[in-house]
Amino acid sequence: MSSSSAFNDEKGGSSSVGEPEYGHDPASGGIFSSDYKRHDDLKEMLDSNKDSLKLEAMKRIVAMIARGKNASDLFPAVVKNVACKNIEVKKLVYVYLVRYAEEQQDLALLSISTFQRGLKDPNQLIRASALRVLSSIRVTIIVPIMMLAIKEAASDMSPYVRKTAAHAIPKLYSLDPDQKDQLIEVIEKLLADKTTLVAGSVVMAFEEVCPERIDLIHKNYRKLCNLLIDVEEWGQVVIINMLTRYARTQFLNPNANESLLEEGGEKTFYGSDEEEGKEDKVEAAALVVKRKPYVMDPDHRLLLRNTKPLLQSRNAAVVMAVAQLYFHLAPKAEVGVIAKALVRLMRSHSEVQYVVLQNVATMTIKRRGMFEPYLKSFYIRSTDPTQIKVLKLEVLTNLANETNISTILREFQTYIKSMDKDFVAATIQAIGRCATNIGEVRDTCLNGLVQLLSNRDELVVAESVVVIKKLLQMQPEKHSDIIKHMAKLTDNIQVPMARASILWLIGEYCEHVPKIAPDVLRKMAKSFTNEEDIVKLQILNLAAKLYLTNSKQTKLLTQYVLNLAKYDQNYDIRDRARFIRQLIVPTDKSGALSKYAKKLFLALKPAPVLESPFKDRDHFQLGSLSHLLNAKAGGYQELPDWPESAPDPSVRNVEVPEWTKCSSREKRKEKKVEKPFYSDSEGESGPTESADSDSDTGSGSGSGSDSGSEDSGSESGSEESEGESDSEKDEKDKRKSGKKKAKKTAPESEESEQSSTEEQKKSTKSKEPKDRSDSESEDEEESSTESSESESEEESESDTDAKKKKKTIPSKPPPKQAKKEKKEMSLLDLDDFEPTPSPQVTPVSNFVSSSLATDLEGLSLTDTALSPSAASPTCGPLKTYELLHRITGEGLAVTYCFSRRPFTGDPHMVSVQIQFTNNTEVEARSLRVLEPKLQSGMRIAEFPEIDVLPPGEISTVVMGIDFCDSTQAANFQLCTHTKKFFVTIQPPVGELMMPIFMTENEFKKEQGQLMGMNEITEKLTLGEGCRGDHVIIQRVISTANLSRVPCGSAMECRFAGKTVTSGSLVLVTVVTKEERAAQVTVNCEKMLIGTMLVKDILQALSQ
Amino acid sequence: MIHSLFLVSTAGHIFLEKHWKSVISRSVCDYLFEAQGKASAPENVPPVIATPHHYLISVYRDRIFFVAVIQTEVPPLFVIEFLHRVAETFQDYFGECSEASIKDNVVIVYELLEEMLDNGFPLATEANILKEMIKPPTILRSVVNTITGGRELRSVFAWSVAQGSGSSNVGGTLPTGQLSNIPWRRTGVKYTNNEAYFDVVEEIDAILDKSGTVVFAEIQGVIDACVKLSGMPDLTLSFVNPRLLDDVSFHPCVRFKRWEAERVLSFIPPDGNFRLMSYHVNAQNLVAIPVYVKQNVSFFETGSSGRLDITVGPKQTMGKTIEDVVITVHMPKVVLNANLTTNQGTSTYDPVTKVLVWDIGKLNQQKVPNLKGSLSLQSGAPRPDENPTLNIDLRIQQLAISGLKVNRLNMFGEKYKPFKGVKYVTKAGKFQVRT
Repeated sequence: MSSSSAFNDEKGGSSSVGEPEYGHDPASGGIFSSDYKRHDDLKEMLDSNKDSLKLEAMKRIVAMIARGKNASDLFPAVVKNVACKNIEVKKLVYVYLVRYAEEQQDLALLSISTFQRGLKDPNQLIRASALRVLSSIRVTIIVPIMMLAIKEAASDMSPYVRKTAAHAIPKLYSLDPDQKDQLIEVIEKLLADKTTLVAGSVVMAFEEVCPERIDLIHKNYRKLCNLLIDVEEWGQVVIINMLTRYARTQFLNPNANESLLEEGGEKTFYGSDEEEGKEDKVEAAALVVKRKPYVMDPDHRLLLRNTKPLLQSRNAAVVMAVAQLYFHLAPKAEVGVIAKALVRLMRSHSEVQYVVLQNVATMTIKRRGMFEPYLKSFYIRSTDPTQIKVLKLEVLTNLANETNISTILREFQTYIKSMDKDFVAATIQAIGRCATNIGEVRDTCLNGLVQLLSNRDELVVAESVVVIKKLLQMQPEKHSDIIKHMAKLTDNIQVPMARASILWLIGEYCEHVPKIAPDVLRKMAKSFTNEEDIVKLQILNLAAKLYLTNSKQTKLLTQYVLNLAKYDQNYDIRDRARFIRQLIVPTDKSGALSKYAKKLFLALKPAPVLESPFKDRDHFQLGSLSHLLNAKAGGYQELPDWPESAPDPSVRNVEVPEWTKCSSREKRKEKKVEKPFYSDSEGESGPTESADSDSDTGSGSGSGSDSGSEDSGSESGSEESEGESDSEKDEKDKRKSGKKKAKKTAPESEESEQSSTEEQKKSTKSKEPKDRSDSESEDEEESSTESSESESEEESESDTDAKKKKKTIPSKPPPKQAKKEKKEMSLLDLDDFEPTPSPQVTPVSNFVSSSLATDLEGLSLTDTALSPSAASPTCGPLKTYELLHRITGEGLAVTYCFSRRPFTGDPHMVSVQIQFTNNTEVEARSLRVLEPKLQSGMRIAEFPEIDVLPPGEISTVVMGIDFCDSTQAANFQLCTHTKKFFVTIQPPVGELMMPIFMTENEFKKEQGQLMGMNEITEKLTLGEGCRGDHVIIQRVISTANLSRVPCGSAMECRFAGKTVTSGSLVLVTVVTKEERAAQVTVNCEKMLIGTMLVKDILQALSQ
Repeated sequence: MIHSLFLVSTAGHIFLEKHWKSVISRSVCDYLFEAQGKASAPENVPPVIATPHHYLISVYRDRIFFVAVIQTEVPPLFVIEFLHRVAETFQDYFGECSEASIKDNVVIVYELLEEMLDNGFPLATEANILKEMIKPPTILRSVVNTITGGRELRSVFAWSVAQGSGSSNVGGTLPTGQLSNIPWRRTGVKYTNNEAYFDVVEEIDAILDKSGTVVFAEIQGVIDACVKLSGMPDLTLSFVNPRLLDDVSFHPCVRFKRWEAERVLSFIPPDGNFRLMSYHVNAQNLVAIPVYVKQNVSFFETGSSGRLDITVGPKQTMGKTIEDVVITVHMPKVVLNANLTTNQGTSTYDPVTKVLVWDIGKLNQQKVPNLKGSLSLQSGAPRPDENPTLNIDLRIQQLAISGLKVNRLNMFGEKYKPFKGVKYVTKAGKFQVRT
């Protein structure tokens, strides 16, 4: 009541501005006559015991502050009341304190203890409010106290207090930027907070304090995406804007493939939201370009999915934030959804319209199709403010195309009659732009504009002249009548720009109007002295051009004009006159230039391009202040470009307790598993895929019955580089590779010894599977014969082909070839060596060694074809992953596979075999590894630098990586002499171990020690093609680098291995039951590895 | 984010300032005044002005400029939306958002602004939370203010002392709404009469050309609610024909998932008045234009005069009467005066603003309202070549022109039986006839 009374007074008094201040200050009440006394009154009230008096005084003081009057001298009196019991007085004191503390730092310190007490209050709201005020007091001395308070509040039980702490962070930061490091720690802690209340505020603090620390977001990314819908609207805006930036650094451009394809046509057939559908298309497209198909990171998809509902928000800022997110991040086909929401915002306040239209204008340049259905929503009403009209016009112009131009021009016609002349001028310009962009309507527009020349409003005529000038420049010869018409206008038009334009036109095209031009110059010479500068310059130009083309008639006139200009006040004009005289009037002094004067003046001028002012504005993040101003505002964070290859996606994996992690992984996996369905070659890794997906696909395709499809897959994968199937016959090559092999194997004598001992078992072993398929499983045999068939087909077909290739590639045969060969051989072997009746007879045989043995068998068959991986204890084909696609690698393709052989240098490393293919025309030099970025503990043994890789050549190297028993990716750069590529190697979990040999008893003993937490058991139903234990064995072994442990029971298969780095035992048991039921048990003290391995094995077996 | 806020009247008087960070001199508003000088109308002042050190983002509402001073990058819509929210809060608190009402309640305004922003970042913008923390001025208190006129301070003091905390703006209890996960509703709501009213208001936005053909027409609708229910009611509102709704936006209380799945509005309402949803009616549905307008405005080359003849009649009204028909015409500047006669309603021409207003009232079938007469132009001035646009305002009670119908309203979570009501209104939005 009282404050208002104060102001009633004030209203009356405010008109008399000239009076001394106290004269109309309510506090004086007209009684006191000096400042000193006035404040005395207030002080007295503040000192009284009655809260009501204090309140009254505070209200008046606040009213003074509100009006911008100085009340700082009351500080001592006010600050005393900071501990007042009355809550309203207290609040007003806070208001005062925050306003003046900066000016009265010493006195402000008196209040600090009150807040410190408040920070300990049991009531969360009081704690929060104390922190709020404390952090708002801008006194440098209390920085340590604030820091302490913030840290404490950041771990408060109440989310509301934590929110307040988040708010306090930027306050402290602006007060003392040196605290940044400590504040970042607090931010990091609060970012991990799971409540919606805190999320918005802490991201705001993040944006103000350390927007460059994008790495802090990784672990919270998914959580933020999921919380988003429940965060309050202001927080949503901040989070969405931040995530847009984040996504730009972490994911791949979803439109990269499309931009490579022919452009222009809208891909409307992408209509569906579903990823699968799109992937098919993309893949089809990719086949054309032979480019790696794009796979959207599930986290990228998560962001798009979770922000979409917010388009329905009532808050325009939220809608805009989502719209810009979609514009910058979504695949082209999905961006369309934002159009409707943005059009909805056009019904909001005019300020909102203004901002939205600016953004829509930018969007329409890039994505016209998006807004085309809403064309009519941009029609202009006579009641719109001018700035809105102009922006709508801009959008309409951007949307104009051949089909809708007639409608738009009809609209424009009504706009030209508007009362708002600025708007009419803008409309004329818009017509000009439509005419330049759409050739069909150029003549119509031109005629319309010519009609406007007779308009009564000079501004309209002037604008028309300027636009007509630009249009005529495109095809002047057709329009000499228009030029004539315009020549006549020089008598009437007074707007300088228009006069200048006409004169320029006449001068430029004086050959089209030879009779009129000299006459115009005559008139202009008469009025020269009264013209504006810009017109004078054009008169000079006209004179010069006429002199050059028609010097007979205009010589004197030109001289006259030049003389006039010589004494003009403006030095530009004097300069120009001097310049022109020297150039066109031949004198003895004038040099060679005057010979070319005609060429200089009458050169063909390119027609101007009428461009939208919104072109290229989209390099600013849409919706930002910088975009609106088209200039970088302070604190603007650049929107980064898409990365060339995706950074490691696993950084967003959150460390959670094993069991929950298990389920979350399962969920992710479900999504991932589908991949092979929509793209074969996609399975061949891609840097975008995360660890689990890799292992999924690896295990899925590695197993035997898949071999048909796997064949084709690997064929297509490798056909560019090699002919794979004829190696058996190509003796010469064999020998070479054999030599190489021999060299390579030398250091691994241990292994080869081992394998040689195994060799003896070979026959028994290979009998086993054969028997199985013979007696029981028909389909298995089918599949194997099928694959052998296809193989032989391939052989005969590609034989000659491949031979040619071989000849052209005289280098050592790539190890991959040998690998393939080996795989095929093992398949053949299954066929060949399967006469033995019973598997039970030789249960002890180890499958690993079996495959090894068959390898060796194959080797002996083929005499010398040994390659590095031939001796590896692997079964089935090695899965090859792509490290660098040849398009991204600019011709350099790099693939890698896990060769499953101990790394020579270091037993704790997994050896990775890398194959370089140079598809370019030039040789690549000095291929090497640079700047590995590794998780802590991880190590890389780099491969020896490849000096030269000639065009078309293939080279293979082996490097070792110590993954520290985790599926975290190893990131590093691959360098050539010119380029650097960021690449990622991510191991499937099964590659993190190596086989060990164990007896049944040892196995049981070890298993007994790894019970409880270390044992993971899952039940499953075996897949259709997964009958017979040799298939099971094959699949398990292709999934994980394990060796088989002999076992007495036919229903059980056991495998053992140890992790490469730490040597922890990994024991796998697969028990088959009736029907197709089975059970997988993994014992491993590394629970994470166990969990992942179970998943992968399940995956492999249930296919 | 938001550094300072200035409230400026159209006359250029800064009547309130509030700073959330260090103080920024009010001279920064000079840039606004400069822009204002260039603009022909306050609406034409650009919402974003860049100055050497700051950025001014302003909204113009109720003849007041709300000017936010920004120093670093911030989404402009964020600020604009917030400033409008501030204006709406004032409206809600004081019944009107005007210079006078803000000055009268300057302390409450200050307290509100203090709560709404913390360090320039929005803190509590929900009306329900704010009202818990800061009590709106009651009638009693404003009556006292009116009677005393604020002059007899002493007596008021005495009275307020007697009343104890009765005069306090600030709630004695601390707000809890901020802590709950439904921040838009305050706790402990109690009413003796539990009632919930929903107004379905539809507006026709249309542009008709000279001959009366529709250039562009669409229907925008909102559902405004006034819910006064005790406790924590959980409401479900369903429509007979939800397919009509094309594009919707919701109050945060509406559960979006249920709308997506079942096309019903499920929500725990805020207490009091709020806008539940806004919608746009599917564009395929042809919009029924309820009136026809025949007009003829012409200016003669000689004699500096013109003629005007406007006829309005009902068309496609679905059996309802059209009320409150008003036609507004912004005349060209050269029109000095109008000498008009009408057979219904009243017409006035303001020669200063050049606005002709014809207030017709109800349209009835029998007698068609007509306005005609002559316009006198400034002598000597050339004939204006533009024709004025007619803006039409109208209202149809008990009709949603799109045909949208509320099916039923169910309440869960509370035991009592509330009184429910739904009202339909159709209005003209931006309804223009070009001539």
